Amino acid sequence: MAVTNLTIDGAPEVQGRSLWADARNRFFRNKAAVTSLIVFTIIVVACFVAPFLGLRAPDYINWNLSSWSAPDLQTGYLLGTDGNSRDLFVRTLYGGQISLLVGFTATLVSLVIGVVWGASAGFLGGKVDGFMMRIVDILYSIPFIFFVIMLTVVFGRNIVLIYVAIGAVSWLDMARIVRGQTISIRRKEFIEAAEASGVSKWRIITRHIIPNTLGPVVVYVTLTVPNVILTESFISFLGMGTQEPGSSWGQLVSDAAVVMEIAPWAIIGTGAFLAITLLCLNFIGDGMRDAFDPKDR
Amino acid sequence: MLNYFFRRLGGAIPTLFIIIAGTFFMMRLAPGGPFARERVVPPEVEANLMKAYHLDEPLWQQFVRYLSGLVQGDFGPSFKYKDFTVADLIFGGFPVSLQLGGIAIVLALVIGITLGIWAALRQNSWVDYATMSVSMVGIAVPNFVIAPVLTLVLGLQLSLLPVGGWGKPGNYVLPIIALCLPQIAAIARLTRASMIEVLSSNFVRTARAKGLRESITITRHAIRAAILPVISYLGPAIANIITGSVVVEQIFSIPGIGRYFVQGSLNRDYTLVMGVTVFYGGLIILCNLIADLLYGILDPKVRYD
Repeated sequence: MAVTNLTIDGAPEVQGRSLWADARNRFFRNKAAVTSLIVFTIIVVACFVAPFLGLRAPDYINWNLSSWSAPDLQTGYLLGTDGNSRDLFVRTLYGGQISLLVGFTATLVSLVIGVVWGASAGFLGGKVDGFMMRIVDILYSIPFIFFVIMLTVVFGRNIVLIYVAIGAVSWLDMARIVRGQTISIRRKEFIEAAEASGVSKWRIITRHIIPNTLGPVVVYVTLTVPNVILTESFISFLGMGTQEPGSSWGQLVSDAAVVMEIAPWAIIGTGAFLAITLLCLNFIGDGMRDAFDPKDR
Repeated sequence: MLNYFFRRLGGAIPTLFIIIAGTFFMMRLAPGGPFARERVVPPEVEANLMKAYHLDEPLWQQFVRYLSGLVQGDFGPSFKYKDFTVADLIFGGFPVSLQLGGIAIVLALVIGITLGIWAALRQNSWVDYATMSVSMVGIAVPNFVIAPVLTLVLGLQLSLLPVGGWGKPGNYVLPIIALCLPQIAAIARLTRASMIEVLSSNFVRTARAKGLRESITITRHAIRAAILPVISYLGPAIANIITGSVVVEQIFSIPGIGRYFVQGSLNRDYTLVMGVTVFYGGLIILCNLIADLLYGILDPKVRYD
């Protein structure tokens, strides 16, 4: 508690700590979460600045090397080559761009749908709420990965479609969380004040309700990103996701799994990138949850 | 109780209907028919093919035909495996998938709950930290990475276990580990969190205060309350195991439903993909229903009004 200055009366003016500052302090005390944040940042930066580092192009074929050749520090092939004698390490970095982009885009889609849906249901209440949440319940019991795969079967392998499809089916938890939050704050005085002064319902939802549900939403967003990346990798692993030459991590792991007898480093290397990223995101998400909701510890 | 059951069942039927309708219309509105990729056939032959599969009828008529078939357990013919109906393939693969998934879910529950309770009773000890770190790995590392690495180490390097195929006891080990590891991790974390909460609740304090032995307090009072969240996680857990089995069956070449689903998707075998989605959708709804009822039996606070 920092004492900033003394007023004339001698009463110390106390610097207030917001929920966010409190949460930030708690988060940065959590070693696992901070380490994960650093590692994750390194991976993200590495993937996205890779094109500017003067590395080999991801589609450059080295005709002097055999396919799936071993890692060689001298020539700079850190993970060896892939089935077409291309630099596997560079391809893993470029694949990371796709996996991470899918993760963030689909999470954004789920965030928008989930927050608007949940806040509307919670605020409007009654029959509308019942109906909207019934829809969520129904969608919840649908084996959605089968639907995403079916979408790719029907409309062909299209990366944008996968972004949207995964986002469109992963907003359900978000909607439930936001609804719960909304119900708990909609009887508060400031909402009543807004209603009394004639603010429209939509504006109350967007200006007053949604900003106050952000804490749990932020936590949930960090937990949705790894799930989405996992789902995309899963689909790519089965051969229904990204296509050559733009391969996501799931695709690279899938390719490497076939040849793991002769090139075990390939699956260990590409799998490690995927696993470490997911692990970091999970630790960050857990850290956020502890930071925003200390009673759960 | 019976009333509650029927109300839940009444909720499950529209869900199933939506799954069937969604699947059906999505498949039929797809650009390019199921024969689009094969070599060009004369128009008369194509017309006959369309007629044989009733694809020339109006959409709603096809839907009614499909629905009435489903009621009789008929999923239609497979477009690619010409000698089989989809029902043949599904019910042929199901015993295999059921064995695999059933063993995995039982193991996940037993090991996950045990680990979670153990970690909760030794909160902040090395047991707790070790269990929780390992379970974080179990949650984060996808099973399609775990499965090949397990195969690499146990199957290929150490030659302890067969890496593919089906039928012998040894064939079960690797797929089941790959399938249940993420669920063990999730259940252990869930159990630990709820057990810690329960241990500090009033009724546990009362039990201790009246001088009950700690072992009885835990087995008779705490555990029963602590596994409630696990019961409500049962539905999603089963859904996850079913989803996971798709990729695990593919990796270990196990002749289950998941493998047919992947093959069907890659071949654009419409009826097979539809059949598997509907079948697994129905199964997941059924499992959710059972989990709900189980929850009601175990939780005295739930009333069936």
